[in-house]
Amino acid sequence: MKGGVRTQHIISIGDFNRDEIDRLLDHAGQIDKKQFDPDALVGKILAVLFFEPSTRTRMSFESAMARLGGTSLSVGSVDACSMAKGETLADTIRVVSGYADAIVIRHPKEGAARLAAEFSTVPVINAGDGAGQHPSQTLLDLYTIRQSMPIDGIDVALVGDLRYGRTAHSLASALSLYNARLHTISPTGLELPATLAAELRDNGTEIVEHDDISEVIPNVDVLYVTRIQRERFPDSASYFNVSSSYRITPELLENARKHLIILHPLPRVDEIDPRVDESPHAKYFEQSQNGVPMRMAMLLQVMQ
Amino acid sequence: MKTSEAAENEGLLVRRIKNGTVIDHIDGGEALNVVKILGITGATQEALSIATNVPSRNMGRKDIVKLTNRELSKEEVNRIALISPHATINIIRNFKVWEKKGVEIPQVIEGIVRCPNPGCISNTNEPITSKFEVTPKGLHCKYCDWVITKDLTSHII
Repeated sequence: MKGGVRTQHIISIGDFNRDEIDRLLDHAGQIDKKQFDPDALVGKILAVLFFEPSTRTRMSFESAMARLGGTSLSVGSVDACSMAKGETLADTIRVVSGYADAIVIRHPKEGAARLAAEFSTVPVINAGDGAGQHPSQTLLDLYTIRQSMPIDGIDVALVGDLRYGRTAHSLASALSLYNARLHTISPTGLELPATLAAELRDNGTEIVEHDDISEVIPNVDVLYVTRIQRERFPDSASYFNVSSSYRITPELLENARKHLIILHPLPRVDEIDPRVDESPHAKYFEQSQNGVPMRMAMLLQVMQ
Repeated sequence: MKTSEAAENEGLLVRRIKNGTVIDHIDGGEALNVVKILGITGATQEALSIATNVPSRNMGRKDIVKLTNRELSKEEVNRIALISPHATINIIRNFKVWEKKGVEIPQVIEGIVRCPNPGCISNTNEPITSKFEVTPKGLHCKYCDWVITKDLTSHII
């Protein structure tokens, strides 16, 4: 990110180089060890503009702000805000940036956060824009991996809906900075977008496509599972057929590497058998908790 | 009356213009797209002549567009580079070539091309124009990161 007098935004993981990512992860690590000033953001206000449903992202941003002594303002449901009356996002942002010291935005349209940054006079953090970017999720994914192993050169399997899943796209891009090898397993039609795969390969990232999840598990260090959405399939039967063949079970993990970790951006539906929760491989709830220190580091970066 | 071949030999397939712009060395078959990218339609005022697939020593075949009483700006000229990077621009004043210039591919193009991604914020009622960065891989939408790699002319607004 460029420093200086310009307002600093966090829109896409692609705007960061590896050193900048590492610094943010290091800072989150210090925060995790309680090495932070709980009054750092006293008197500061964070506007939480969520135009799409969210539980974890929204609550963890609000929790992060509260732990730093700041206050969050939100619009409540989308129906209750002026966007429902036809106001443009640009106008909403111009108005809200007069009420707060930073804005966190989630929006169904891709590029909405970039637009918000153009019209805002305060820093904007992207909390997910359509099928586009979700940088805070990617940072906390990397943070969770780094808690278990160094990220350099690891083998990561991306499983599930890799076409529409923004978390998988952003993570894949970030992992290419760490020379990780990617393994993809996805239903037909939900593969990693060809343009993204080409870009990653151009950057020197090796991508191996697989059909069978059992052949991948013994050879990877991280299993990143994403939700396969029911609405991507013509009927329930075809959805159940596909989703059952991508379900992670304790039996599948019998041949896994000892240090394998399983991540999932949550919410999960059927992708991971609840029996896996007890396994030492399961890290998805820790991953979710890591959202708080990671987002504290992000808020401090843009507001201090 | 001269035959078309004779006229062609004299470079007079389309009539000389007194004032305006001659866009020469357009890649063969791209003239209509050049007209489109310049925003010239049946509703605009320019007198327009188009020659397509004219034999060319260097290019094999080329297209030529002549615009009467309109001198193209640098920004307009550079739009042409997106579809015909070898084009040359001659500004004509009183039947003489006043200025001759090549085209340069711009780094950013705004408001000329529509993002093909239906989910992109630039395709809504927001008060913004589309913005694309010109990269070796294609046109990169500054909002949604979509990259247009082919068939650019079908995305011209």
